Amino acid sequence: MSEKPLLLEAHEVAKHFGGVKALHDVSLTIRRGEIYGLIGPNGAGKTTFFNCLTGLYKNEGGYFIFDGVKLEADAPHKAAAVGIARTFQNIRLFGNMTAIENVMVGRHLRTHAGVFGAISRNPATRAEEGAIVRRAEELLHYVGIHERAHDYAKHLSYGDQRRLEIARALATEPKLLALDEPAAGMNGTETEALRVLVEGICRDGVTVLLIEHDVKLVMGLCERVAVLDYGEKICEDVPAVVQKDSRVIEAYLGGSVA
Amino acid sequence: MNGHLKRRPVLIPGQRPWLGFLLLAAVLVAVPFVAALGGQAWVRIANFSILYIFLALGLNIVVGYAGLLDLGYVAFYAVGAYTYALLASPHFGIHLPFWVILPLGAGLACIFGVLLGAPTLKLRGDYLAIVTLGFGEIVRIFMNNLNAPINVTNGAQGITLIDPIRIGDFSFAQTSTFLGVSFSGPQKYYFLLVALALLVIVVNMRLQDSRIGRAWQAIREDEVAAKACGINTRNIKLLAFAMGASFGGIAGGVFSAMQGFVSPESFSLMESITILAMVVLGGMGHIPGVILGAVLLTGLPEALRYGIEPLQRGLFGRMIIDPESLRMLIFGLALVLVMRFRPAGLWPSSQRRRELAESAD
Ligand SMILES: Nc1ncnc2c1ncn2[C@@H]1O[C@H](COP(=O)(O)OP(=O)(O)OP(=O)(O)O)[C@@H](O)[C@H]1O
Ligand SMILES: [Mg+2]
Repeated sequence: MSEKPLLLEAHEVAKHFGGVKALHDVSLTIRRGEIYGLIGPNGAGKTTFFNCLTGLYKNEGGYFIFDGVKLEADAPHKAAAVGIARTFQNIRLFGNMTAIENVMVGRHLRTHAGVFGAISRNPATRAEEGAIVRRAEELLHYVGIHERAHDYAKHLSYGDQRRLEIARALATEPKLLALDEPAAGMNGTETEALRVLVEGICRDGVTVLLIEHDVKLVMGLCERVAVLDYGEKICEDVPAVVQKDSRVIEAYLGGSVA
Repeated sequence: MNGHLKRRPVLIPGQRPWLGFLLLAAVLVAVPFVAALGGQAWVRIANFSILYIFLALGLNIVVGYAGLLDLGYVAFYAVGAYTYALLASPHFGIHLPFWVILPLGAGLACIFGVLLGAPTLKLRGDYLAIVTLGFGEIVRIFMNNLNAPINVTNGAQGITLIDPIRIGDFSFAQTSTFLGVSFSGPQKYYFLLVALALLVIVVNMRLQDSRIGRAWQAIREDEVAAKACGINTRNIKLLAFAMGASFGGIAGGVFSAMQGFVSPESFSLMESITILAMVVLGGMGHIPGVILGAVLLTGLPEALRYGIEPLQRGLFGRMIIDPESLRMLIFGLALVLVMRFRPAGLWPSSQRRRELAESAD
């Protein structure tokens, strides 16, 4: 296997809520251009890991190195600025904005028009606004929901909402796209379409970190997988090895029957 | 470019908007002359309506767009008013021209806005409301008491003989004649105020449909998601706060010049609440709604004042309820009724109606 350069290193990241150790010194490394799976039973700490990575929570121990630089992830917008975009387990769209407007908000970070531009509508601002619209349209096309561009986000189907969230995240031009259970609630056809989409995203140069309960999807997509259980990483390897790991099997059978 | 964006602020519905605009322009020009038939007092009432439209649309940026509950908006109005009063009156013997002081007042109000907003905008909405309420009162109390040891604001007596707005020899305080038509002072201020109101309307419209406007809306919808999209929510909120404050400052300056007199009394908490009520009652975030709210809440009390007195005298032979208490009574009742039956305001945007419908589910 050719060694790709590292994109993200998590070093002994720890986070607890009162007595609950949600993350217990979790270390892992994600290489540029791979699809990396993060799995584990319910309550294992997967979402918490995302939240620490994206600055939504402050981890008590450990640190992240992203693209060679230590993350000062004390504010989510800074994480987005260095190139970490995410979706949420419980979809968080701007429900009363249209699909295209949602994606346009995602362009905020990479555009500049301020108050004076907005008021004067100078050529630079108009050009930028045009570029925002075009890019948003492209991204809606990319995730396959361009027909829905002018529907309100909250009126989209569940699967389309997941796709819209991905489009919005991609609008921030991330190096790492972190997806929190994107296939949850999807049927077989939708899941298959999602698999194709995620593969495409990776092929287009964005590294993907994927939390997913659908084991088949994870094993099919990911180059490497880490398994969390009670806040601890119990295994990290290629899917074929992970599937046979005794601790993993125990974690899944010992917890809920997966 | 944005032709396909459906949500565009539309002032006058209909297929031929220019016809509507012409009509509106004709009405706007006619108002001060029609009002003058009933006396200059009516022109002043019209002026105040427009000044309040200006204020309400300034506050609309803060409350309607950014979703920040500001209960001390009048403080910025006061800062603008006193800036003008102190720099264009015999009080200090300084007489700077308006085009220096108005921007200065706006800038000062903006600085106050940032100073107040920077530490508080991290707080949850209701805390912000309390802090701004306190700030509004503090400013008023300062104006009341800054007459000793050095007499800065002249205390409760206020500052008198404030210069009117003057461009060269052309003063807004005197009657003058253009093309055979005579314009009184209030009539001239009327046109100045209309120009300012149009400016703030354009600013509101353009902000709403911009990168910044979308960020405000995103924050209102889901702050966590907005942050994850890379929006520095604190700065973007601060921007709304500072902009609202600047408009308050400009309004204050014009108020000073128009009245020729300011005192702390004009900047009570009640004033903040009235301006907020205009925004909420009319329809938060919806420009025509806010304008309607401002006109109703300034026009109706005046109409009451002039209408109810003769009515009561005619009916009962004397005054039973004084107009001021009646005003408060009707004001309160109107608020309760609107909140009960039209919670999104009298003339809400379709946007806001959806948001409210959703939270009701
Ligand atoms: N904000 C919070 N406050 C308190 N406890 C929390 C909080 N967030 C997570 N936890 C706890 O931390 C642990 C890990 O939760 P987390 O949401 O990260 O799990 P998960 O692996 O994403 O699970 P799932 O598969 O159900 O999404 C759980 O025990 C959870 O109850
Ligand atoms: Mg989770």
